[in-house]
Amino acid sequence: MNVAVRRHFDRFELEEAARTLRAQGGRMIMLYAAPEAGGTQSVRYVSSRAGIGFDIWVVPADTAIPSLATIWPLLGWYERETADHRGIVFSGQPEPFSLIAPLRSAEEADLRRLPDISGDAVQILPFGPVRAGVVESAEFSFFYIGEAILHYVPHLFLKHRGMEDRFTGQTPETGLVLAERISGVGSAAHALAYSQAIEAAAGVTVPDRVRYQRVIVAELERLYNHLHYLGHLADTTTLKVGHAEGVLLAERVKQINARVTGSRFLRGVIAPGGMRRDLRIDGLASALDELRQPIRKYINRLDASESYFDRLATTGLLPREIAFDQGATGPVARASGLDRDLRRDHTYAAYADPDLAFSVATHETGDADARARVRIAEIENSIVMIQRAITLTPTGKIRIPCLPSPNSEALGWAESPRGTLIYAVHFGEDGRLARVKIKSPSFSNWRVFPYTVHNTNMMDYAINEASFGLTIAGCAR
Amino acid sequence: MALWTLIGLAEGKATTGWPLKPGPDGQDGVIGMPRLESERCDAGCSICVNVCPTHAIALADEGLALDYGRCVVCQVCVEACPTDALTESNNWAFGVRARDDLRTAASVAPVARPSPSRHSFHRSLHVRHVDAGSCNGCESELQALNNPFYNLHRLGIFFTPSPRFADLLLVTGPVTRAMLEPLRRTWEAMPEPRWAMASGTCAVSGGIAPGGPCLSGLEDVFPVDLYLPGCPPNPAAIIEALLMFLGRIQQRLHRGKMNDE
Repeated sequence: MNVAVRRHFDRFELEEAARTLRAQGGRMIMLYAAPEAGGTQSVRYVSSRAGIGFDIWVVPADTAIPSLATIWPLLGWYERETADHRGIVFSGQPEPFSLIAPLRSAEEADLRRLPDISGDAVQILPFGPVRAGVVESAEFSFFYIGEAILHYVPHLFLKHRGMEDRFTGQTPETGLVLAERISGVGSAAHALAYSQAIEAAAGVTVPDRVRYQRVIVAELERLYNHLHYLGHLADTTTLKVGHAEGVLLAERVKQINARVTGSRFLRGVIAPGGMRRDLRIDGLASALDELRQPIRKYINRLDASESYFDRLATTGLLPREIAFDQGATGPVARASGLDRDLRRDHTYAAYADPDLAFSVATHETGDADARARVRIAEIENSIVMIQRAITLTPTGKIRIPCLPSPNSEALGWAESPRGTLIYAVHFGEDGRLARVKIKSPSFSNWRVFPYTVHNTNMMDYAINEASFGLTIAGCAR
Repeated sequence: MALWTLIGLAEGKATTGWPLKPGPDGQDGVIGMPRLESERCDAGCSICVNVCPTHAIALADEGLALDYGRCVVCQVCVEACPTDALTESNNWAFGVRARDDLRTAASVAPVARPSPSRHSFHRSLHVRHVDAGSCNGCESELQALNNPFYNLHRLGIFFTPSPRFADLLLVTGPVTRAMLEPLRRTWEAMPEPRWAMASGTCAVSGGIAPGGPCLSGLEDVFPVDLYLPGCPPNPAAIIEALLMFLGRIQQRLHRGKMNDE
């Protein structure tokens, strides 16, 4: 168990503890329902305090538990999700209707009815789930007058696949195949967080060679995601050549991924206990060298394009307080001045090695421009880290046995290209997975996103959405 | 502003000549579907059958039966096989017209639905994509088709925003129940003649997510004219499948065997 403190709470102590955590500068991260001995359930609250590690609070779920959504608003979706799937009641929930499941009753439908906005000029635009272009399915409701958006509600769970439940009964090896397919463009981060959770449950430490190879794989993932992000953002500002060049750079990195790992999505390499295959590192350093200049020039040209900058500056403002309260994560949080990155704050793999030259980029303005600039800084840092990791990788074993004992449990995490990704794994009596909970960065950032859309305008919407860099699959699971 | 276009032009062409002319397909190093040589199997061995997370391998009278329509290319069977009956391959061009062509143990000759006539598309194909519950891996590769390297337009194949203009409905994901109605309505909005493609192992068979909130692929909804397993199918595999559907190249997989094997 790799968690600093684990405390058993009575539900009456919960609100006080939540307030204390806030007062002490800590941060609530997630909650989920876990199986307990005797077929009962508990609710686990995961929080972190800088420099200390993760805390887990365990609260029996035999009766209703007070909702903490008014103290930690980011917990709202987790409570509703847990009510949907595990039947646990959170009393005093400010939004007491289902998040993922179909609505449970007519009263619920009434509670969830869209806001009462009326007037001759107010129009409602239901958009999706099948939208123009090749995009993921989701439905959005806009309430608007002309150009002005009054209110915005996303419906994100049409493609919910019940992925967490599919882990139940799996072995660590077959569970990995599922983890890599939660969010395709986050396959490596999912494999890493999942594997580290299994390793923590088994109490094993991976060899040094593995630690550096995992940095290479994780940063290649960040690189192709962020380059694609810049291309997509350029597209929304109608910079057509800028779009083409950005997605071409992303394609080049995907082709490098295939040569290094056998998979354009970096699947099939990271596994519990190490790596499934040694990376084919020959040619990686020179391939990245070749990309370095084109990437630099591309970013410089974006920087020099006023029409592009003008569309990003002040667009989709996310104030620091809202980012914190609603649980923003990753580049989105860092662009609103929240200096958080799991690679540093709860370090793993080889990120603590100062020779890797890892640095965390933050911005204060909280607009689309800041979100793009954080990612640009990460692109440059990723290339440096991969280059250095190649030379720092020691020789040695790439895999060790990793067998968690029955009834063990642990957390595993990774800073995915989109932010904090956490796996909680629980093993059963038979040594197979009994419960897996995934806290994905897009679930967190989709909760935040609407706060940057209300009271803005239609022209900015696509740019703002692109600047968040969200996936639906990661959110819906 | 004009500099973008100028510099872009100065950098020259990024598009590959493949598949019409010599050029790279861009898939160097990509590990494809496992190759099965069941004559190498030890009698009574069923290790691969037990480890396969999607039940793509079964024991049949004649030895192992592999259904590529269920394979998610995870390579777990290849790693587990003690006799090299299952080995790693670079084969990814698995687009077929009949579902049975994805099965090594197809007992009868696979039957495809009628082919489109030469006049159906007037040489160009318009595709409407619907995500019915994918992991976004398939979308990432579909989006890649229009990056400058593959530049799908040059082949006369276009993604269209409206189903009204579409000839082919390309579906990804196992089809979640919540997406069933939007999917049906998209299909009904398409003019006849119309065709359906299941792209990616999830859409072909349910993949890693059959059952529960999901169906087991597009076949559960309406007849499928083109199957392309892969997890996800890479852009070159999608291009080959679409050209094969248009009759411009030959199908390479028959009854679970590649032509050149």
